[in-house]
Amino acid sequence: MKRLVILGAGTAGTMMTNHLHKELDKMGWKLTIIDEREEHYYQPGYLFLPFDIYEPEDIVKPIKKFIPREVRLLTDKIEKIDAEKSLVKMRNGDQLHYDVLIIATGAKIAPEEVEGMKGSEWQQSVFDFYTFEGALALRNKLREWEGGKLVVHITEMPIKCPVAPLEFAFLADSYFKHKNMRDRVEITYVTPLSGAFTKPKATAALDHLLEEKNIAIESDFAIAEVDNENRKIIDYGGREIPFDLLVTVPTNKGDDLIARSGLGDDLNYVPTHKGSLQSLQHPNIFVIGDASNIPASKAGSVAHFEAEILSENILRYIKGEPLKEEFDGHANCFVETGNGKALLIDFNYTHEPVEGEFPFPGVGPLRLLKESRMNHMGKLAFKWIYWNMLLKGTHIPFVSATMQEAGKHF
Amino acid sequence: MEKIICGTTIEVNEEGYLTNFSQWCTEIGDELAKEANIDLSPRHREVITYLQGEHKKEVPLSIRKVGKSGVVDIKEFYSLFPLAPLKTATKIAGIPKPASCI
Repeated sequence: MKRLVILGAGTAGTMMTNHLHKELDKMGWKLTIIDEREEHYYQPGYLFLPFDIYEPEDIVKPIKKFIPREVRLLTDKIEKIDAEKSLVKMRNGDQLHYDVLIIATGAKIAPEEVEGMKGSEWQQSVFDFYTFEGALALRNKLREWEGGKLVVHITEMPIKCPVAPLEFAFLADSYFKHKNMRDRVEITYVTPLSGAFTKPKATAALDHLLEEKNIAIESDFAIAEVDNENRKIIDYGGREIPFDLLVTVPTNKGDDLIARSGLGDDLNYVPTHKGSLQSLQHPNIFVIGDASNIPASKAGSVAHFEAEILSENILRYIKGEPLKEEFDGHANCFVETGNGKALLIDFNYTHEPVEGEFPFPGVGPLRLLKESRMNHMGKLAFKWIYWNMLLKGTHIPFVSATMQEAGKHF
Repeated sequence: MEKIICGTTIEVNEEGYLTNFSQWCTEIGDELAKEANIDLSPRHREVITYLQGEHKKEVPLSIRKVGKSGVVDIKEFYSLFPLAPLKTATKIAGIPKPASCI
């Protein structure tokens, strides 16, 4: 019996398991999925946890609930991938041979990359919201915070869900308004990029939001260090920004396992073909989700669209047929703008987000790149879709894996 | 938008970044540098060649990454292209400025 091994039971790995298990069974393959954790985290929920919109139980469920019983689920640490010998070596000394390997080990924050970031103020006045622990600690801080300078900060690109820090700033504006303390909070958004928006159509459509919400922008800020004692961040050009509360998105990196296995670039992302999702070095290794270096957004929707195309490619690879190079970088994301409204954006490698209707051209009901209550309802409904459809690999009706150009105002 | 440099017509966006890297040549780089008040030295050119190589490989650029490249450290990068080095250097190199999805 041949063996397909999936590393990582997050969004991408779980979806691939559910896509493949029926097809592979028929062909005499054994499917194994490995993750060191027992819980699956709904990462989009990390944005809502700090503001008391979601509770921890909304965003954490057992991994095994989403893995079919016939699939072997291993809960253990992986030491190394030996790609030359097609072996996965476990920390406990076990070894698993694979015929096909899918790497879905994701990306995570690396605050230690910036001097002083994980210093004495970490989780005192310096927080992240890209981990469950970080988002929960921030919730507790916000519940008692009396106001001052709130700085929302991105260290460097690429990061998971690139719009999340901006959504955080928008939701913070709403949160403090509802607590009747907005006048006691200064919100500053600090980015290494040239602005909060970098694409022409999005800038034109959305730039007014920052002014409306009284959010100040500091752009082109390349952080050199966090000064814990004086509570300020300092950039390489010597610019200083003081804070009372710093909410930062640290450098994002692929898993250390990728570095230990010698399979990654300098940020531990696996070099991957952007159309077929096959590893550029090893034909029997495929990469899905945040773990790859493809120039698509690191987002669950991207992993969802990738999963449909990768499933087909795995079956083609097994049968010895040529792979399809069809993945177009398609992403589809709700962007919370606060006060019960949200935007929807739909884009790919070649097309920036534009205005239009989704999913039915000329009809909607969702509007692209425009604030609406309907989009916000879509974002909240998405949690149910994630747990009940997306992870199980159920096709979302009317939403295709490659981007549709009709209904968009290019 | 179109722009004429050294007798050649090039395509640029609203901010003056080339939209088609294949139209770039050394003379165009020199002119774009002059517009940013920079006189290109051999060190500038080494950095620009590195950035163009990363662009061709579709690797996202960041100042911290440039600093770790071994080509130039961050201090020198700032002294070569003052204020916002990556934004300025990518413009001269004829490649897009680093961007997010919106």
